[in-house]
Amino acid sequence: MAIDLPLIWAAIIAFAVLAYVVLDGFDLGVGILFPFFREKHDRDVMMNSVAPVWDGNETWLVLGGGGLLAVFPLAYATVLPALYAPIVAMLIGLIFRGVAFEYRWRTQRGEFLWNWAFAGGSMLAAFAQGLALGALVQGIPVENRAYAGGWWDWLTPFSIVTGLAIVIGYALLGATWLVMKTRGELAERARGIALRTALATVAAMGIVSLWTPFLEPVYLERWFGWPTAIFSVVVPLLVLGCLYLLLKGIRDRHDVQPFVAALGLFVLGYIGIGISFFPFMVPPSLTIWDAAAPDESLAFLLVGALVLVPMILAYTAYAYWVFRGKVDPEEGYH
Amino acid sequence: MQIADIGRPSRLSLRLPSERISAVFEAFDATVLARIQFAFTVSFHIIFPAFSIGLASYLAVLEALWLWKKDAVYLELFNFWKTIFAVAFGMGVVSGIVMSYQFGTNWSVFSDKAGPVIGPLMGYEVLTAFFLEAGFLGVMLFGLNRVGPRLHFFATAMVALGTLISATWILAVNSWMQTPAGFSVNEAGQFIPEDWWAVIFNPSFPYRLVHMVLAAYLTTAFVVGACGAWHLLRKTAPRRARTMFSMAMWMAAIVAPIQIFAGDQHGLNTLEHQPAKVMAMEGHYQSHPDGAPLILFGLPNSAEKRVDYALEIPKLSSLILKHALDAPLAGLDTIPEERHPPVAIVFWSFRVMVAIGFAMLGLGLWSLWCRLRGTLDTSAALHRAAVFMGPAGFVAVLAGWITTEVGRQPYTIYGHLLTADSISPIAAPAVGASLVAFIIVYFLVFGAGTFYILRLMARLPRDTMPELDEGPLRTAGVTPGPATANQGGRHGH
Repeated sequence: MAIDLPLIWAAIIAFAVLAYVVLDGFDLGVGILFPFFREKHDRDVMMNSVAPVWDGNETWLVLGGGGLLAVFPLAYATVLPALYAPIVAMLIGLIFRGVAFEYRWRTQRGEFLWNWAFAGGSMLAAFAQGLALGALVQGIPVENRAYAGGWWDWLTPFSIVTGLAIVIGYALLGATWLVMKTRGELAERARGIALRTALATVAAMGIVSLWTPFLEPVYLERWFGWPTAIFSVVVPLLVLGCLYLLLKGIRDRHDVQPFVAALGLFVLGYIGIGISFFPFMVPPSLTIWDAAAPDESLAFLLVGALVLVPMILAYTAYAYWVFRGKVDPEEGYH
Repeated sequence: MQIADIGRPSRLSLRLPSERISAVFEAFDATVLARIQFAFTVSFHIIFPAFSIGLASYLAVLEALWLWKKDAVYLELFNFWKTIFAVAFGMGVVSGIVMSYQFGTNWSVFSDKAGPVIGPLMGYEVLTAFFLEAGFLGVMLFGLNRVGPRLHFFATAMVALGTLISATWILAVNSWMQTPAGFSVNEAGQFIPEDWWAVIFNPSFPYRLVHMVLAAYLTTAFVVGACGAWHLLRKTAPRRARTMFSMAMWMAAIVAPIQIFAGDQHGLNTLEHQPAKVMAMEGHYQSHPDGAPLILFGLPNSAEKRVDYALEIPKLSSLILKHALDAPLAGLDTIPEERHPPVAIVFWSFRVMVAIGFAMLGLGLWSLWCRLRGTLDTSAALHRAAVFMGPAGFVAVLAGWITTEVGRQPYTIYGHLLTADSISPIAAPAVGASLVAFIIVYFLVFGAGTFYILRLMARLPRDTMPELDEGPLRTAGVTPGPATANQGGRHGH
């Protein structure tokens, strides 16, 4: 077949995961920031700012997982056992924070419990996702179509650092989202947090980026060999550009610019990982083509994806449009 | 158990407890633990779709009736059930995410092999259903004042449609695993799709889909009916309680008999494609060359291959399954023993499901009789029975799924891939630890959710939102009801 279906699907899955990271990133971030806001009113507004959209955001995670099963079943079948503990931890975190959106309004005595569930669940899910990312970057051994490593391989200093980096990065997304969606003192405090987490995020990105090339010779070659070394100049420069726009947006009290710039940071970090990975699906064991399902499966789902993904993007954009602007503290359906 | 049995002798007696724990883990190998974990998480999960499929359609009907008849009672009921839907839907989403990752963590060999066939179907579920539900759920819950009634109704309809599309895909997947078709197997042992039409419209799919959607509608009808009956008994908000009780009882009276017919057709289909499952359901250890009896009750005894203390009706099983009294019926003795499903579980869960089905029919007929006599709103006995039957749908759905899933054993893909060969290369302690974690978390989280739903149902249906354009509202047809929405809110407080 002339069309390289596995490559197309790798791009679609990569897009789904990126969509998940930036979308659920900001609503997980709002949960991570919960402990910094003690007023009930502030917390109500924070939660209502993401309540209409969090469910759609999380659906991208299901597409990432379900899509991986559909089009890269071998990657799905080797990565998930390798990352068993972080995946289970992430699921438990998502359970607690997901139900908190509804439960928190149904009780007064138990409200503190669901505040904890929301904040703790968000942190746990974010940290577990970072652990999983770090474990994936440092490599997953595969033999005979099965995971061939130990049960604690995912737990290394590197994966802990990536875990913390993701928590900090999501907190930045959450803070800039709150700058965009809220008013008054709440927005002021979010602005301050955005400033600090912006610097922390870029520092964490720097540490992870400098560490990564030394994990695998392939990564080192990719970043510092010619001609790919262009990336190792351009990507960090773009990161600094985004940081500048982010800080300037915060200082000039723009509502939207900090959020967009923070998204830019995430997209660049993601592209950086993509540069390291390509053409691996499960580094250093399986390439995109090793892990792919047969063309019959790829073609069948591609027809639907080409029609449906634009539709999904359109009505998701519509849903965001319906809830545009600052959150009205009086609103909410509860 | 002796320490020596475990292999690693302990130097200190203090180490005994951890040795004991690992001994327990060895008794439960990874496959058993993974099966328990799957059964536990999927049983919890199925409760919520069963409820939200029916409730989403009910919400769409309520909003359509409100737009059409301009009667505030429907909007009040819509707002009342919308909140309950939101809580149930939230629980369904989070327990569903667990399911979508469990295939990979615990059943990775199955995922690698079956992924090329079932993966795209599940991918379509996400693309066509999950996004639709999730995208419009926010508008449905929060957006009435922002988009106006018509677009809002569209959002509600999309959420309802999403739940139905979701059921379609997931039942296509499940049915394919029960009655696989349209595939070949490659040298890596993977199932390769050959004919997608045959994969999706596999032999048992239409029966399963109809049976499940009807089950979801009945489940919801009995919850709504119980809630209405409870408020009728307490004489709170009589008009709203009457409306929901009446709607639910229509549903029970009409759908319960259709469901019994659909279930019978599904049973015949199962006999054709999964005979061992039907043998287990019926408790037929032995073949019956000249007409099989229907065993109403008894204790299946797999060691002795017979049903102890059986209460039988001669020839009836042949009549039901083959439509002839003397038709021969094969038993489990025609199948190698290592391919038998666990008989007792299937036998009992099937009886629970059927008994509840007939009880539902009974309540539906009773309500029709009361309706004809004009005592639907006043018969306390009927209302008590309806409250008692409120959770019946959930029990029936669970029993039905247990029948079909346990009856499929020892296979994950019927006739092609054994459950024992589907498991991840994973250590028992990892599966055991995550199982314990899921059990604790699920009971905490879903226990709280059930409590909140029950409390929401016990409250009065809420007032119409005052900022909405009220327009000329009909007074209720049969009884003199409230003239405006706001009075409707006060009425019954």
